[in-house]
Amino acid sequence: MSQDTLFDKVWDLHKVSSLPGGSDQIFIGLHLIHEVTSPQAFGALKDKNLKVKFPERTIATVDHIVPTDNQNRPFKDNLAEQMIETLEKNCSEHKIRFFNIGSGNQGIVHVVAPELGLTQPGMTIACGDSHTSTHGAFGSIAFGIGTSQVRDVLATQTIAMNKLKVRQIWCENKLSKGVYAKDLVLHIINELGVKAGVGFAYEFAGPAIDDLSMEERMTICNMSIEGGARCGYINPDEKTFSYIKNKLCAPKNEHWDKALIWWESLKSDENSIYDDAIKLDASKVEPTVTWGITPGQSISINQQIPLLDELSPNDKLVAEEAFEYMSFKPGQLIKDTPVDVCFIGSCTNGRISDLRVAAQVLKDKKVSKNVKAFVVPGSEKVATEAKQEGIDQIFKDSGFQWREPGCSMCLAMNSDKLIGNQVSASSSNRNFKGRQGSPSGRTLLMSPAMVAAAAINGKVSDVREFIN
Amino acid sequence: MESEFTPPFGKITKIKGQCISLIGNDIDTDRIIPARFLKCVNFDALGESVFEDDRKTLKGRHPFDLEENKNASILIVNSNFGCGSSREHAPQALLRWGIKAIIGESFADIFYSNCIAIGIPCFTLPKKSIEEIQKYCDNQVLFLEIDLKKSLAKSKDLNFNLKIKESSRKMFLSGEWDATSTLLDNKDLIENKFNQLPYIKFNTNLL
Repeated sequence: MSQDTLFDKVWDLHKVSSLPGGSDQIFIGLHLIHEVTSPQAFGALKDKNLKVKFPERTIATVDHIVPTDNQNRPFKDNLAEQMIETLEKNCSEHKIRFFNIGSGNQGIVHVVAPELGLTQPGMTIACGDSHTSTHGAFGSIAFGIGTSQVRDVLATQTIAMNKLKVRQIWCENKLSKGVYAKDLVLHIINELGVKAGVGFAYEFAGPAIDDLSMEERMTICNMSIEGGARCGYINPDEKTFSYIKNKLCAPKNEHWDKALIWWESLKSDENSIYDDAIKLDASKVEPTVTWGITPGQSISINQQIPLLDELSPNDKLVAEEAFEYMSFKPGQLIKDTPVDVCFIGSCTNGRISDLRVAAQVLKDKKVSKNVKAFVVPGSEKVATEAKQEGIDQIFKDSGFQWREPGCSMCLAMNSDKLIGNQVSASSSNRNFKGRQGSPSGRTLLMSPAMVAAAAINGKVSDVREFIN
Repeated sequence: MESEFTPPFGKITKIKGQCISLIGNDIDTDRIIPARFLKCVNFDALGESVFEDDRKTLKGRHPFDLEENKNASILIVNSNFGCGSSREHAPQALLRWGIKAIIGESFADIFYSNCIAIGIPCFTLPKKSIEEIQKYCDNQVLFLEIDLKKSLAKSKDLNFNLKIKESSRKMFLSGEWDATSTLLDNKDLIENKFNQLPYIKFNTNLL
């Protein structure tokens, strides 16, 4: 059993009681909600005649269903309009702070909370969304929950949960040029498998992780869940603290000094005990692309799609399914695969640094005629910043459509969808069958820089050829 | 089906039913219920849309479309079932279709806790046993009787010692799987915890 890791410290601090069945009752320091997984939870509160216990500890925004072309109300899609209205009503009824469209702070929930300084080390953070693990980048313990648990957090600010085991993933050396956090996390998931993290929290550590910016760290923790780990985190350091400093909700003045001392004390001890630990060499990671229907089915840009014989018996079943669905042949190269749609955005890679990197690749270049390319900033703040830096113009000049903030084609709950069996190069997090809105649509996951390169060439390309 | 739907309630000690086998590893919640069906403010209509895209692709040959599985209630799956999105809509859709328990090689974490929270016990069995059940289901109808007290599944021909997290098993037996009231019992402890947390004091700007 793990001991003295950040996870242990934060878990123990938030433990309210041991429940009769053997699970723990855990206090949730910050609860984030959005329009898709909360309406039924509010409905259940009403049915049970319960109130929201600590309304000030829940923050709402709207992201999954918002259109990214025209956000005028009412939305064209009646169901989407009904969902945002329901959230507006629930928030005003229960006095929950809601960052609506036009507030300047709306956006993908996992982009917005760090931007506001809401996400801080040592907190427990829950949200009805599996990518809540993103917030672990700050040394918080953050995990996705279902709607019944959203109800429990609203009613009690606690949930019942079994303590997770802790696996340290130590990343040696540094990423090389043209290789990004997205490549590293896809590589980790490929090495460990998509279910290795079940029952675990992942602690990402080592020189390669220390070297990453906060936004890159968010990309890593964001995809913990794709490796099966409900929770992923990184010990806080100077980068963490300076990212938070002066944010709207950050501690101020003498509170800041106290916060710093406490945050420092949370780091995993040097001699802490892990349930499992693995090491990998980040300098060996290359630009990585998925070829299949799980985020674990990935290869380096110059590799061939594996032959069935090269796979373990367990992986064969899904690989066969993937070959059929993706129309790829075993042994085929992924490089030069033609793409129809290029999407930059999502809670994985829709932050300002992601847009900057992609814009660098796109500057003075044109998107291929055969490609529909669009970029969806992760939040209103990201969009504003990008406009101030002239990044929106670089995207537009290259032929990318510049959209309004939201989740968009990561999960295609709005009108941004693949059509038929189109192939998308996507900076999002899931390449599941049908994920991007068409039951036969095909998704290739990659870094935003790689999406930009694919957009220019109209086919999967090595971004390193663009950045000399 | 919808009109007959009554959600599970109280103690769950025995589940009897016909098995329905769904072969495949890493079946994600997007496949169980595609995102377009998440545009709803209640779960009522989800049952008929379960596995919608997979079913359309298989044109009537999907296990959830086969006439002989119409009344099945125990789902047999392989490994990492329910991975991906945290959408509770996935187990809610299965529940509303008629699934009362799931037996598999392994389950994704969030899916598992969602199932427990809405009263669907999830059990695990070794790969070999799952394959044995799935093979059996290929040729004939399999009725299982699951006893949660003994963690046992019995049928005419096959018997299995099921595995389930002890905390989940106890919650089903005591009827406390619907956690809200258990959590609310500790009202004072929650207040105490709130007052003890260091960051509550220095986060004066939270709102």
